[in-house]
Amino acid sequence: MTDLTSLTLSEAREGLANKSFSALQLTDAYLKAMDGGRVLNAYVLETPDQARAMAKQADEALARGEAGPLTGIPLGIKDLFATEGVRTTACSKILGEFKPPYESTVTTQLWRDGAVLLGKLNNDEFAMGSSNETSCFGPVINPWRREGSKTKLVPGGSSGGSAAAVAANLCLGATATDTGGSIRQPAAFTGTVGVKPTYGRCSRWGIVAFASSLDQAGPIARTVRDAAILLRSMAGHDPKDTTSVDRAVPDYEAAVGRSVKGMKIGIPKEYRIDGMSPEIEALWKQGADWLKAAGAELVEVSLPHTRYALPAYYIVAPAEASSNLARYDGVRYGARVPGHNIVEMYENTRAAGFGAEVKRRVMIGTYVLSAGYYDAYYLRAQKVRTLIKRDFETCFANGVSAILTPATPSAAFGIGEKGGADPVEMYLNDIFTVTVNMAGLPGIAVPAGRDVQGLPLGLQLIGRPFDEETLFSLGEVIEQAAGRFIPGKWWA
Amino acid sequence: MSVDAATVRRIAHLARIAVTDDEVPHLQGELNAMLAFVEQLSEVDVEGVEPMTSVTPMEMKKRADVVDDGEIADKVVANAPASDNHFFLVPKVVE
Repeated sequence: MTDLTSLTLSEAREGLANKSFSALQLTDAYLKAMDGGRVLNAYVLETPDQARAMAKQADEALARGEAGPLTGIPLGIKDLFATEGVRTTACSKILGEFKPPYESTVTTQLWRDGAVLLGKLNNDEFAMGSSNETSCFGPVINPWRREGSKTKLVPGGSSGGSAAAVAANLCLGATATDTGGSIRQPAAFTGTVGVKPTYGRCSRWGIVAFASSLDQAGPIARTVRDAAILLRSMAGHDPKDTTSVDRAVPDYEAAVGRSVKGMKIGIPKEYRIDGMSPEIEALWKQGADWLKAAGAELVEVSLPHTRYALPAYYIVAPAEASSNLARYDGVRYGARVPGHNIVEMYENTRAAGFGAEVKRRVMIGTYVLSAGYYDAYYLRAQKVRTLIKRDFETCFANGVSAILTPATPSAAFGIGEKGGADPVEMYLNDIFTVTVNMAGLPGIAVPAGRDVQGLPLGLQLIGRPFDEETLFSLGEVIEQAAGRFIPGKWWA
Repeated sequence: MSVDAATVRRIAHLARIAVTDDEVPHLQGELNAMLAFVEQLSEVDVEGVEPMTSVTPMEMKKRADVVDDGEIADKVVANAPASDNHFFLVPKVVE
């Protein structure tokens, strides 16, 4: 039998349906791969007993002919999603051994549809980071290496564990979250497909909050089709999240392979940034050519406020984070460090529990919201956000179906290479992705080529609100042209 | 705008994060790097622009005014570092 872990989700679904293998065999194959893949540090908690129990239930459902859309499909869950009775930490020391007494809505829907939990995946602490180096469990190692080099590379972040596990065949698909690029950037760094849905498409209930007006859950998968299958199960209205949208979930998979003929695709001139590498430039051109060959029409568009998205983000996101993270006070859950009085207890607990990046962002957020600075910083940033959104609206009103951009300014970089002296150096990773969160739009990152050192590079497509289907159709065109990107297995 | 050491201490206290004297210069440098980066927003003309208050324009849903949860005190305090008889325990607040 071929290695079961090399199948895509849609292939595994077919194999389970026609009884080529059982759900338990599939899960066991993944548990074995996880065993051999620990050097990557993608999982922060493995749940083999639960996985095998869920796989057995899946086999029973399959035998009864009652399979759901994901019956028997083994998934990894980012450690930001609350899983009932299973330790959830957001990869922060401050949550200690927190075991949620409830399950997030997104994961509840995955289990409803028959999926199997393999374990919890590593991420940047509270999803704050672009390299997965801020996790209290240590960095994740990218399964990709530069040709002829053993240098350890980052998988991107914050969903670094999700992307690395999917790329290294340590799970069939993974949940992830994206506040400024945390699904799309790691997907681009690992040759996987990542989808950040429209704000409101997936419920945020039970997901550890970072910046509530920007956070959105989505899948990381091996193919565009696999991502479409996962998103259908993850999406949907939830009365427990007032920002979740009451709107029917389409059959995203049906959009994969649909013709893109006649679609107008925008190429935003402001994304041609100073010092852009010729490789990224060439990749972008190649992507445009593929879409053109498939019948799409390419038009230059202008998004004049693009350059202000990242600075505005670094006001809005830390401001919301400082408010959201106020709950970690050592009283109701997590680790506590004593003090002489209650304020000192709070201060000691938060000093010991938060890592450097989280402290920095909470402090910046506290500053921009403090008396006398609110108007100059936060209010101005929210006005700039309106302008960024308006740029996109103008574009779409002119008949543009989607916008094509690079996903990242470079391929994966080495561990410890960036952001040591100046945090802004790391933040620039999100320059192409962050606008999408600011405007609440859907975006997809699809692997499209390699850099000179053999590392995968991705392209991003940005869609109209709630038009993820068009992104799947266009993403499939790129995937068909570019082929799939699979790292050599050096770790086991 | 930039922050001085005293402001760093004040923000840390507002954020309820204890900082040591050694940490202050480092934090000051990092916060100032971030503030310098966001400074470019001051060149945007925002005259007459409404701040974004809702990402997706929609009417706020209201749930039915009924009790549909509760009686789960055990679960509520299960993760507390210190609790007693369904109360969270904290250092003395009132003398």
